[in-house]
Amino acid sequence: MKTWLDAWPVFRQLTGSDPSGRGEAVRSKRTDTLIPRTATADRVVQSICPYCAVGCSQRVFVEDEQVVQIEGDPDSPISRGRLCPKGAASKSLVTSGTRQTKVKYRRPHGTEWEDLDLDTAMGMIADRVITTRRETWQDEVDGKRVNRTMGIASLGGATLDNEENYLMKKLYTALGAVQVENQARI
Amino acid sequence: MAEAHPVGFQWVMEAKARGATVIHVDPRFTRTSALADLHVPLRAGSDIAFLGGLINYVLQHEKEFREYVVAYTNAAAILREDFQDTEDLDGLFSGYDPEKGQYDETTWQYEGVEVTAAAGQRQSPKPGASGASVGAESGEDSDAEEHEQGASEQSGSGGPPVGGKPRRDETLQHPRCVFQVLKRHYARYTPEMVHEVCGVEPQLFLKVAEALTSNSGRERTSAFVYSVGWTHHTVGVQYIRAASVLQALLGNMGRPGGGILALRGHASIQGSTDIPTLYNILPGYIPMPSAREDASLDDFVAEAAGSVGYWGNMKKYAVSLLKAWWGEAAQPGNDFCFDYLPRLTGDHSSYQTVAQQIQGTVPGYFLVGENPAVGHANAKMARLGLANLEWLVVRDLQLIESATFWANAPEIETGELATEEIGTEVFFLPAAAHVEKDGSFTNTQRLLQWHSQAVEPPGDCRSDLWFYFHLGRMIREKLAGSTDPRDRPVLDLTWDYPTHGPVDEPSAHGVLREISGTGPDGTAVDGYTALQDDGSTSCGCWIYSGVFADEVNQANRKKPHTEQDLVAAEWGWAWPMNRRILYNRASADPDGKPWSERKKYVYWDEDAGRWSGPDVPDFQATKRPDHVPPEGAEAEDALGGTDPFIMQGDGKAWLFVPAGLADGPMPTHYEPAESPVPNPLYSRQANPSRKELRGAWNRANPAMSDAFPFVVTTYRLTEHHTAGGMSRTLEYLAELQPEFFCEVSPQLAAERGLEHLGWATLVSTRSAIEARVLVTERMRPLRVAGREVHQIGLPYHWGRNGITTGDSANDLLGVVMDPNVHIQESKVATCDIRPGRRPRGPALVDFVEGYRRRAGVETGLLGRNGRAPIEERS
Amino acid sequence: MTAISSASAAFRGQDRGNRLFGPVPDVTGDRGYADDHPARVGFFTDTSVCIGCKACEVACKEWNLLPMDDAEGTVDALGLTGASYDNTGMLGANSWRHVAFVEQSRAVDLPMPTVGPPGAADGQRPLEDPPVVHPQVPASATTAEQSAPSQTASGDREIRWLMSSDVCKHCTHAACLDVCPTGSLFRTEFGTVVVQEDICNGCGYCVPACPYGVIDQRQDDGRVFKCTLCYDRLTDGLQPACASACPTESIQFGDLDALQARADQRLAALQEKGVEGARLYGRDETDGVGGAGAFFLLLDEPEVYGLPPDPVVTTRDLPAMWRSVGAGAAMVLGLIASAFVGRRR
Repeated sequence: MKTWLDAWPVFRQLTGSDPSGRGEAVRSKRTDTLIPRTATADRVVQSICPYCAVGCSQRVFVEDEQVVQIEGDPDSPISRGRLCPKGAASKSLVTSGTRQTKVKYRRPHGTEWEDLDLDTAMGMIADRVITTRRETWQDEVDGKRVNRTMGIASLGGATLDNEENYLMKKLYTALGAVQVENQARI
Repeated sequence: MAEAHPVGFQWVMEAKARGATVIHVDPRFTRTSALADLHVPLRAGSDIAFLGGLINYVLQHEKEFREYVVAYTNAAAILREDFQDTEDLDGLFSGYDPEKGQYDETTWQYEGVEVTAAAGQRQSPKPGASGASVGAESGEDSDAEEHEQGASEQSGSGGPPVGGKPRRDETLQHPRCVFQVLKRHYARYTPEMVHEVCGVEPQLFLKVAEALTSNSGRERTSAFVYSVGWTHHTVGVQYIRAASVLQALLGNMGRPGGGILALRGHASIQGSTDIPTLYNILPGYIPMPSAREDASLDDFVAEAAGSVGYWGNMKKYAVSLLKAWWGEAAQPGNDFCFDYLPRLTGDHSSYQTVAQQIQGTVPGYFLVGENPAVGHANAKMARLGLANLEWLVVRDLQLIESATFWANAPEIETGELATEEIGTEVFFLPAAAHVEKDGSFTNTQRLLQWHSQAVEPPGDCRSDLWFYFHLGRMIREKLAGSTDPRDRPVLDLTWDYPTHGPVDEPSAHGVLREISGTGPDGTAVDGYTALQDDGSTSCGCWIYSGVFADEVNQANRKKPHTEQDLVAAEWGWAWPMNRRILYNRASADPDGKPWSERKKYVYWDEDAGRWSGPDVPDFQATKRPDHVPPEGAEAEDALGGTDPFIMQGDGKAWLFVPAGLADGPMPTHYEPAESPVPNPLYSRQANPSRKELRGAWNRANPAMSDAFPFVVTTYRLTEHHTAGGMSRTLEYLAELQPEFFCEVSPQLAAERGLEHLGWATLVSTRSAIEARVLVTERMRPLRVAGREVHQIGLPYHWGRNGITTGDSANDLLGVVMDPNVHIQESKVATCDIRPGRRPRGPALVDFVEGYRRRAGVETGLLGRNGRAPIEERS
Repeated sequence: MTAISSASAAFRGQDRGNRLFGPVPDVTGDRGYADDHPARVGFFTDTSVCIGCKACEVACKEWNLLPMDDAEGTVDALGLTGASYDNTGMLGANSWRHVAFVEQSRAVDLPMPTVGPPGAADGQRPLEDPPVVHPQVPASATTAEQSAPSQTASGDREIRWLMSSDVCKHCTHAACLDVCPTGSLFRTEFGTVVVQEDICNGCGYCVPACPYGVIDQRQDDGRVFKCTLCYDRLTDGLQPACASACPTESIQFGDLDALQARADQRLAALQEKGVEGARLYGRDETDGVGGAGAFFLLLDEPEVYGLPPDPVVTTRDLPAMWRSVGAGAAMVLGLIASAFVGRRR
């Protein structure tokens, strides 16, 4: 009874220090128990913004294996915790409702997307690389050794990690693919 | 900068607070202009005239930092007698071959000294003391696909090697010394000429010149900051060169507060060049070998070997790279598997590939976080290429236009393509986001910063590291047991990265360690100076060597800036060797003393017997300032104590480029390929060496065409990102700039009857697009060459998919390229604009064809499935 | 039994600590918080360094999980307004930060540059900046140290592109709070004004009460929403999302006293530099809302930015109104009484 009465705003208003009921007296239970989700996160991971090349640092807050907040990292000598609108939208980038999470397949001349298992897709792509490489292989051009295929090309974005670019270039070069390009030339 | 790099702009604001003058030179009044001290509107594509005007101002008023110029640049070097300037030849330098549209660089040389192009720049002329021209060599070249390679990138991160020290006149009086040649070259770039070309009033120009020169010198430095729009010109490399000449004259290189800062537009676009997914280079700017000349490893490194500067060690870097890739298989007896590298026969850059795709000769294509259906200049051409593949793999976060072109490309609507006829098999593989994987980005100041995985990627989403590792693993498994020698490079590859986690993610730390390199005992090396050419060391990218020094991921250092000095050397890791300002030996005078106390940075500490300062010296740490290299010294040992520019063949900053550029030793104003006005300086209208690629899918607007009287420039908005895949798909960004628009001046609006918020149709020989109209005084017509030139602004973020949709600005643009790096001229073109919406369906094709006819341009009508032959390449 | 009546001292404007207008030294203690309550906090938005990037808008929406909306406040809608680069339109239930863009221009005569010895030239500033030795980067350089944009000469035109991030003012005398019948709107221990979503019943009395037109009902929900100054973040010692994102520290968060002092300094610096039109808005504690918790440095008249020039708390005249009502009521009572009296007769 006492608790109920204590929680009743009108009682608090009449008996407390906020007689007009515009502050302390009218605090709701939700207000009293509000905790920012940065405080309840399971962990905070240091990251770097994926948009432009300034390289602003980000703190990624994770709760129940979901990203719940991304904001600037004040420790960075580059960004000092600040973000632009795109950097500030990074959580949306990760959690966007239209983000694709399933492999899609369009067969030649097809009019619709079809579902495809990731392993199957990987196997099909590996087969196509091998076949195209064999069919378009050039040992020589005009009597000079070239050891290459002009049948496989690649264009990468510049949000790729260095390690990703490295494996790409290494694999393509070993396959003999030379038409390997990047946003860096666009 | 405030528009596209807002967080970086905080430092400009701080500089301004400390007294810096901020000048913004841009055709448009932008959010950057709003905070600048001075906005200088100029005509898009006229920057070399503007910068040349500043160079002329410096030289005419003796505002150069003379001591710096004499000691640290090639101003004193004496050129050959037979060099002829554009002033002598009406817009051409000596050595131009009108048949090929290319230069022979022989006459650009220092007198009596052989300056060769860097190893790998093999298809550029290879001049020598004998004066042998490239002509004979080119005669052997009968490959139909043959094109000149990107030349300057072939020279690596430094210039081409120089075969010896040129004769010098340190009084700078000799009529053939670089300084005097430069002075004559720019003598006509007066304030009045700047006005004539750029539309910048002389008073305004002089304000800039005064501010720049009075804020440069011993006590003060000025910085140039450009966003990579400067590279989007047929003279893009020469834009940067013009700024380099100016900054070298003013003594603003290698010093705190100075430099030329390229604000690149993507998280790791710098890294994508350093560890390139580019056709013409290997990691660390080592050139890809060419079919013609690189029969053996020794041939490959021959020109670099024995030359001055760090490129003299190229064999060490190349062998260590081959060891990193092919491990035990790479042995001295087999040239360390040098033959495993495929060979180039010309230009294999992106637009050439697209033209080949349209011919149906490129069956397979991977698009990895890239959206050419919106983002390529002449995006229609890119879509036609996609429609003529056999198979396409698209890896992205969202269903971008390049994945859905077969269903909703604009050409489906016009009838130029039909879904059922497009034979391209498309695999869309969802990608992991940055917080779902470990890895490093290299930011615009060469700083590697690690991002750690926070969560597992959802569903089928995977990192690109995962995709390429497992694709390689599967291909290797399928090829296992093959006896075909063609498969050896794949099977011998070192491909044993440890994996972890629920999806067998390969270790990004492990990959970075391979990139950084290991020594004979298998432990991580400290840096590239530890690399050897005998196969005892391994290193995936020599300029990144040391990023895993002491077995520590140096890119992952996150010591708060509040616990460090201004240089913050313990945050991330900058290549090379964690140096934050390149060529910083130039921050001290020839004796090694700081130029001034205010600008003290790296200096010679006599007591300690080494270079000292808050940054890592970009110089051999104990090489005395008075060091004179002995005869016959090689590589870095051949650099003297006053040669700060250690990647250059002569250790000097180049005011004049004796070798290595395809379009001239000094920047010269040419009009953009598409311009409404004649070139007031020369009868040569546009860059004579520019690269063309013509077919019905890529027509050119003729210069000074009445059909296309307006200048159009494209750009980014703060609220969006490039081709829009990462911004048009997000609610909070889409709502901020919800529609594709064009920006026009009130005068142009009145002239063409355009209404604010109404629709406008923009037309070129490529296509017609529609946009909402914003009439604003931030766009203003300029008086150029006696007439009024209107400029139209177009942000290029829009496409068919996402939350906010619209026509793509890139559909309007054509492809015409810089001859050095093959980057397209997308910052300036011409167009027509008229009120109202564009025609729909097949009527659009007729509408644009009508414009082509009126302009006297060949047909743009395409064949079946959008195919049409390549008609012309240069 | 209700304590709120026309008889309350507060409503007569006679209670020093509980008034409806004029300065209030301790707006938080006044609302019943113990003496050790936190200092009153607020925003100082210095529009002279705003670059119009809208990071504040996005950071706010990301943190507070607000829906996308168009300039009319319609949820899940997009629209180009044509008001320069502003497509947010106004503050509302779904947009708690709003960056206004104002384009201005006028013709100027370009002065001839002076050409002379170094130091005399236009564009040369005296060597007043400290030598580059290597001090620590200030953890947070304040905009008070930063210089001003003003008019930027652009050829023969002078163009000014004003940008300003608007937000709820967290008034000293908050009419929204005063009229809220449910106690949903309340004064927090930080002195800020916040809607309690679990209390609000959507009556909407607060909407017309706000002199700035800030507070707004969400159409599909009925309840009102506005800036909370990130109340939840404050309880954990964090800055509001907008202020922590702002690249140029145009939006500064802190103790109101300190912000006011910084703003006064900043204004003086700008005026010394001759920046036309610089003024503070919402800083004056004697203004119609008793000063704002979120105040601004503007470079032009408030109307130019879409701000009311002289906002007055809409409950200011409430005491007088209550007195009239009371007098009326007394008269009615008197008439009724006299009627009875008369009947007795």
